[in-house]
Amino acid sequence: MSTALLRVTDLKKSYGAIQAVGGVSFEVRPGEIFGVIGPNGSGKTTLFNSMLGQITPDSGRIELKGDDVTKLGPLALNRRGVGRTFQTLQVFGKMTVRENLIVAAQEHHGTMWSRMFAPGDSGLGPKADALIDQFRIRHVADKKAGTLSYGQQKLVDIGMAFMSDPDLVLLDEPCAGVNPSLVGGLSSLLKELNQTRKGSFVVIEHNMDFVMDLCHRIMVMVEGRVMAIGTPAEIRGNKQVLDAYLGN
Amino acid sequence: MKKMQLALMAVAAAALLIAPNMLKSYGIYLLSYWLVYIIATMGLNLTVGYAGQKSLGHAAFFGIGAYTVAILMKAGVSFWLGLPAAALLCFAVGLVLGFPALRVQAIYLAFATLGFNTAIWLLMRNEEWLTGGTFGINNIARPELAGLSLEGNLAYYYFVLAVTVLLALLLWGLLRSPWGKAFTALRDNPIRAESLGVSVRSYTLLSFAIGAAYAGIAGALFASLVQFIEPAPFAVAASIMMYLMVVVGGPGYFWGPVLGAAVGVIVPEWLRDVPGVSDWYLPLFGAAVVVLMVWLPEGLLSIPDRIRARREAREASAARSAAAANVGAVT
Repeated sequence: MSTALLRVTDLKKSYGAIQAVGGVSFEVRPGEIFGVIGPNGSGKTTLFNSMLGQITPDSGRIELKGDDVTKLGPLALNRRGVGRTFQTLQVFGKMTVRENLIVAAQEHHGTMWSRMFAPGDSGLGPKADALIDQFRIRHVADKKAGTLSYGQQKLVDIGMAFMSDPDLVLLDEPCAGVNPSLVGGLSSLLKELNQTRKGSFVVIEHNMDFVMDLCHRIMVMVEGRVMAIGTPAEIRGNKQVLDAYLGN
Repeated sequence: MKKMQLALMAVAAAALLIAPNMLKSYGIYLLSYWLVYIIATMGLNLTVGYAGQKSLGHAAFFGIGAYTVAILMKAGVSFWLGLPAAALLCFAVGLVLGFPALRVQAIYLAFATLGFNTAIWLLMRNEEWLTGGTFGINNIARPELAGLSLEGNLAYYYFVLAVTVLLALLLWGLLRSPWGKAFTALRDNPIRAESLGVSVRSYTLLSFAIGAAYAGIAGALFASLVQFIEPAPFAVAASIMMYLMVVVGGPGYFWGPVLGAAVGVIVPEWLRDVPGVSDWYLPLFGAAVVVLMVWLPEGLLSIPDRIRARREAREASAARSAAAANVGAVT
């Protein structure tokens, strides 16, 4: 009945007596960049881990393209078109940049047994090269990822999430550790990816300028609950949000 | 660099083909022994070096392979049926041993596999009706190949060499396929790997199973090489020695087992005849391993990579400095 790509309904998760997420509901539309903000301890990470299959919520429902995926693990979610990045760098340091990108998508091609006899790049070399160009990291394409600068590794890390053409990418603090002078470039790159790849993103981030510039809609979480959902302009003008989180 | 590698491989191949003709019978036997350990440690290198699973039970598979061939041959079955049977049995048992690796990692996995090795060793020692117990199984014949006897040390050496080359090529192909990258991803970061669709479960089990199959083949060749087997070469100490061979050569380096097995098999025998050294070989070997773990934890073959990494780090640092003023561009 709805066109939501991702729908989360009344999600709850407690750790002992502490309720980390207390009945969160929202939906992400196709092609949308959806931001999740909130102070530390507001339940963002628990929500994220639930959506990624890292933890099982106590109750509630998560739907992807209309299918119930509440109890699926990370592997099954990836196979259904969910990509992710991590807050900390998670590249494969001993592989080259190109190999990192290829391994990020190879399991989506053929069967396990056919991959045993497939060429080393699984036929993904041209696709990896296209992404390398889009991310402007051609000059380090054949270098081991572990030898690159933090900013370059961050780009590889993000690129890996997009290699399998996911419908939904969850980005966990993409600006964490990135030089402030590079944040604008990262925002432009993500907007470009959103336009060219037609995917939806969910972004957790503490950098408010970045979130306000990048996201179409933003959800504010406080103490495990949704305080507000709206466009960046609406969130900026929400007195409750200003008082509780953003300040003046 | 590639030309250099090809030249080195050509020299090594020529040496392996020619050298036995210049050696006495024991020297040829020793080279065959080395090749058998190369096969076993190639399998362990896949499990430990490429897939990152801490296995201290590899000698158990080596033993299962050896006893499978020996028992079958004593029952009148051909070596040529015993060899694949040993590989298949070890593959199946390796698959089963992989399951604990899905639940425990690192030192806990090492202890689980060590326990497995002990159980298999006790089985070999105590089930006398099947294995001969501590008396072992003797007079294990060497096979014939297309009417050609492999009974002599030189003939058997060339046979083992051919099997080693064939298995090395198979492993090389496997590691260059997408499976190779999946194993490496599993080793380096299983959580990230799974988030990219790499089935940690499947590749963990396969790394154990394939590694075990290599050990099984090595064990089968070992049985016919030494022609007498008993439980001692398949005890936990042998697993630790095999692990050490992989670590010394360089875990995750294709040629690591060649070097590691040479250090573990050839060097002790060579030093045995060096006056004043023979009594000190084991303490010296132990001290060398300690030094290696401190200075070269990734093994001897990591030396060129370390040099290259330092050079690249220097170049990258210089490049970043040069581009520092270029605001907005990701350096």
